[in-house]
Amino acid sequence: MRSEGSSLMADESKLWVFAEVEDNRIADVSLELVTKARELAGHYDNGRVGAFLLGHSVSALADTLFEYGCDDVYLAEHPSLARYTTLPYARIITQLIEKGKPEIVIFGATTTGRDLAPRVASELKTGLTADCTDLQIAPHKDALSQKTYDRLLHQIRPAFGGNIIATIITPDARPQMSTVREGVMRMGKPQKGRKGNLVRFDAELPPETQVVEVLERSRVQKRVNLKAANIIVAGGAGVGSRENFNLIREFARVIGAEVGASRAAVDAGYIEKAHQVGQTGTTVRPKLYIACGISGAVQHRAGMQESGKIVAINTDPDAPIFQVAHYGIVGDLNEVIPKLIEAYKENTK
Amino acid sequence: MAYEIIVCIKQVPDTENLSGEAMKEDGTVNRSALPAIVNPEDLNALEMALQIKEQHGGRISVITMGPPSAAEALRAALYRGADRAVLITDRKFAASDTLATSYILSQAIRKLPEADLVVCGRQAIDGDTAQIGPQLAEKLGLPQFTYVEEIVNLDGRAITVRRSLEGDAEVVRGPLPALLTVVGTANHPRPPAARRMFRYKKARAACELDSAEAQESLGERGLLIEQWGADEIDCDAERCGGTGSPTKVKKIASVKLVSEERVEVDPTNEGLAGLVRELIAEHILE
Repeated sequence: MRSEGSSLMADESKLWVFAEVEDNRIADVSLELVTKARELAGHYDNGRVGAFLLGHSVSALADTLFEYGCDDVYLAEHPSLARYTTLPYARIITQLIEKGKPEIVIFGATTTGRDLAPRVASELKTGLTADCTDLQIAPHKDALSQKTYDRLLHQIRPAFGGNIIATIITPDARPQMSTVREGVMRMGKPQKGRKGNLVRFDAELPPETQVVEVLERSRVQKRVNLKAANIIVAGGAGVGSRENFNLIREFARVIGAEVGASRAAVDAGYIEKAHQVGQTGTTVRPKLYIACGISGAVQHRAGMQESGKIVAINTDPDAPIFQVAHYGIVGDLNEVIPKLIEAYKENTK
Repeated sequence: MAYEIIVCIKQVPDTENLSGEAMKEDGTVNRSALPAIVNPEDLNALEMALQIKEQHGGRISVITMGPPSAAEALRAALYRGADRAVLITDRKFAASDTLATSYILSQAIRKLPEADLVVCGRQAIDGDTAQIGPQLAEKLGLPQFTYVEEIVNLDGRAITVRRSLEGDAEVVRGPLPALLTVVGTANHPRPPAARRMFRYKKARAACELDSAEAQESLGERGLLIEQWGADEIDCDAERCGGTGSPTKVKKIASVKLVSEERVEVDPTNEGLAGLVRELIAEHILE
């Protein structure tokens, strides 16, 4: 590795993030993870935040990573890395980790991160925890061996269809690896002009890593894509009629959201089953979930309670949906939604 | 040409169709009340394998790692058309995380005839990790194609697939042998075939039988589900079960479905505008 900045210190703890490139920019989830890594690094005496950036002609993106809090950016550029394929990316990242020996490595739980991270973890024979919703540094004492650890990454994730929350640790193998859902962690504010070390890594890609070829990549318009939605506006029985569901659709259109529905709204024929959220429909984790006229049966709540922020609008102040809401609005959706639309338009001009 | 295909399946509790009985009063799930099923996307993987076999010819071996009761998942695969079923079971395998599990599966696969394709479901509904496919591919040294929705072309030496990536479609080509993970939208898994069900409902693994005679008798009729433990597949004990698992579960909490903090927003113009501004400031709304 060739460093273009000051040399690295020996006794430091490195926390690394996979900088995913999407449409020639750093993906939001990666910046969210840099922010989180920065916070976690504060628990170490000498914590350093790094990101590994792979691609073809992507070096300019390192500045973004520095501005969001990276101390080091490990850069590998090669024509074969222009498009993501598993084998060359896994090879380079494995080599980087073997040389740099980070304590922690975090990937976005995107389709790329979930394809890549397990391959890397398997090659390194270390632990990987998927789809974490929270990461914390805390001490740990093993009940059997009585061995104590000053700082372990506590990886918190839902399992069992969202019915349990498990805390997973990787006591002895290194690095401790996780993938984290997009939108779950807060993205910090960039510090303009903040600089760091750019470390170039000469990518060696033997032929056996270059056997898979991307022939085509295209955006397919899916009619309903609740899983991938960043924002969901969902209507329930309280919407009242099929016609009135247009208010939900309009709200969703204005703020760039996908339309969801409770089982009650689907059963009442207000909207098609494909829009149904809940454990008998789709389980979702958007950044923002706005529940309009949904009472919040357990199965609906279980299907959306991991959303980043939940706004509930209901006329009934005792509706169970308010138990999972971060913002509760007791009121008539027919009055509240037009005001929200207006306020949104006012503030995004 | 005919293809040698291995399909990996998992028996899981049915967390997707929660009946009222499985829900406890406090809003948590009584996991023991959930019925055991074949993981849904593993049936999509089996269906994809069956369609390849129908189109090109070949042989399908289905394997599962689990407790003795997981033999039921293998019978479900036999009902649908699997040619061979192997139960990977051993006390030493208990408490395996995904790294240990992928190691054990890779050891089992090495005992089977060399496969052209290893096919898995994208992820299991109990853990939702989607890690076994890529980890198994790494252990076997195979290229991996995850999130596969369609096989576009298969010509003996190479495979072209369409991957479904949260709104994007990607067409990729690579060499065989390879490992695929299949998504739920790939196909409609066929139901059990009545004739095969009639035949294979009597199929049993050794762990389900109480005598050597019963095993012999089923074996003669082609109804003995093969059963392999750590010794049969040359597993290094250090890499199996809890010992071979770098991750440990420190704590499990049932979800109570209650948010930690809640802000009451006034349904007035000012109150709602304040909410919208806050969401914009936090980059939640754009």
